[in-house]
Amino acid sequence: MTAATLLLLAVGTYLGLVWTPEDREMGHVYRIIYVHVPAMWMAMLALVLNFGLCVAYLFKSSWKTDALAEASGEVGLLFGSYGLVLGAIWGKPTWGTYWDWDPRLTAMAIMLVTYVAYMALRRFVEDPEKRAVWSSVVGIISFVNLPIVWFSVKWWRSLHQVQSTPKTVDPDMVLSLRVNAWASLMILTLFLLHRYRVALATREAEVALPEALPTDAPAPRNDRASEVA
Amino acid sequence: MKRVRPISLLKTVGVLLAKDLLIEWRTRARLNALVFFALATLLLFSFAVGPDSKVLARNAGGYLWLALLFASVLALGESFRVEQENLTLDGLRLAPADARAIFLSKAMGNALLLIALGALLIPVMVALYGVQVSMGVGAFFTTLVLGCMAISAPGTVYSAIASNARARDVLLPLLLFPLIIPALLAAAKATSLVLQGDPMNQLGSWFGLLFGFNLIYWGLGFVLFPRVIED
Repeated sequence: MTAATLLLLAVGTYLGLVWTPEDREMGHVYRIIYVHVPAMWMAMLALVLNFGLCVAYLFKSSWKTDALAEASGEVGLLFGSYGLVLGAIWGKPTWGTYWDWDPRLTAMAIMLVTYVAYMALRRFVEDPEKRAVWSSVVGIISFVNLPIVWFSVKWWRSLHQVQSTPKTVDPDMVLSLRVNAWASLMILTLFLLHRYRVALATREAEVALPEALPTDAPAPRNDRASEVA
Repeated sequence: MKRVRPISLLKTVGVLLAKDLLIEWRTRARLNALVFFALATLLLFSFAVGPDSKVLARNAGGYLWLALLFASVLALGESFRVEQENLTLDGLRLAPADARAIFLSKAMGNALLLIALGALLIPVMVALYGVQVSMGVGAFFTTLVLGCMAISAPGTVYSAIASNARARDVLLPLLLFPLIIPALLAAAKATSLVLQGDPMNQLGSWFGLLFGFNLIYWGLGFVLFPRVIED
């Protein structure tokens, strides 16, 4: 599958950079659409998946659900940050600034910080069962932002244009956009699967050997141990 | 043996709230520290921004809410530390009390504390920043109540989580601050409008945003809180 992903990515890159004509107004700068837009789609997809898994975990506890929730949260955060940075790079030549306090940008940044906090919570709780329950709760609460981000371009008509989809872009660009979106989807799937395996292995290690994990408790001092004995 | 009848939700909330307020009253040292912390924050803004009274008056709404938000992190962090010191949370769970009642009473207690704090800060703000309340006290009070409730509902859920985790003092603001941004924005804007007058009639839409925020997070907290504190 890795080979197929790389191949599709190569085809997508060729189509996006060479095959598709340049934009009438933006010239070559617009070509970022082929990575920025799919990256954001994948981020949304991963975070919707995360929300679904968080709800599912509260109904039926399972290490697999929790591990996949951790994977989707992290991969969603990764794609979202990547898309945001790409957007900022595109913003400099087109809007004249890297960052604008536009509702879409602001809402997206806020949402990413909430998921950073979600991932931080997972690092700060050692008991695997409590961690799973609490992070599900936090995941559900964090998800409230996502619809706001999605609809922000429609609610507040501001600097950021309405979402680009195969329906709104020029027919010449549809194929490149589609191929790149599929390539991104395959990268997302690869990342998810890999991260899921790591998370599941971590759970198994934690459950099997709870005492082997580092804790915050201070190590017993030798002199005190002899006192107690 | 007669079956223990579950006490009705509202009555439980009342009892728990009275208990929390009593604890708060009997440990007044903590309350005083909180008030002075918030006052010091307000004072610090005027030093950080400089003694330009026009700038201070224009941004007074934002400063008030930042001071309240910083104070709320301390208050929220304390609200579950009290419960853990003597394992009272376990006691509450053993009693036939609905876990959702614990959420409601804690969130209401925190909101009341913040509202009282805000009411104390207003005269100080008027004196320090030279602002006047041009829209009337009623509008100001509505903003204060809605804003404090918006901080306390998600804050209560997160403080219950953070109080059990490692690095809890870092975790609570880390979780709460990004989430609270829409409410903070709405409350600060509404306060500015209340202070400086509302020629464009925008106050209602900011109240609407705050109300919606409250509806979502009080609802989510009510539903999810039992899972947070279960063992």
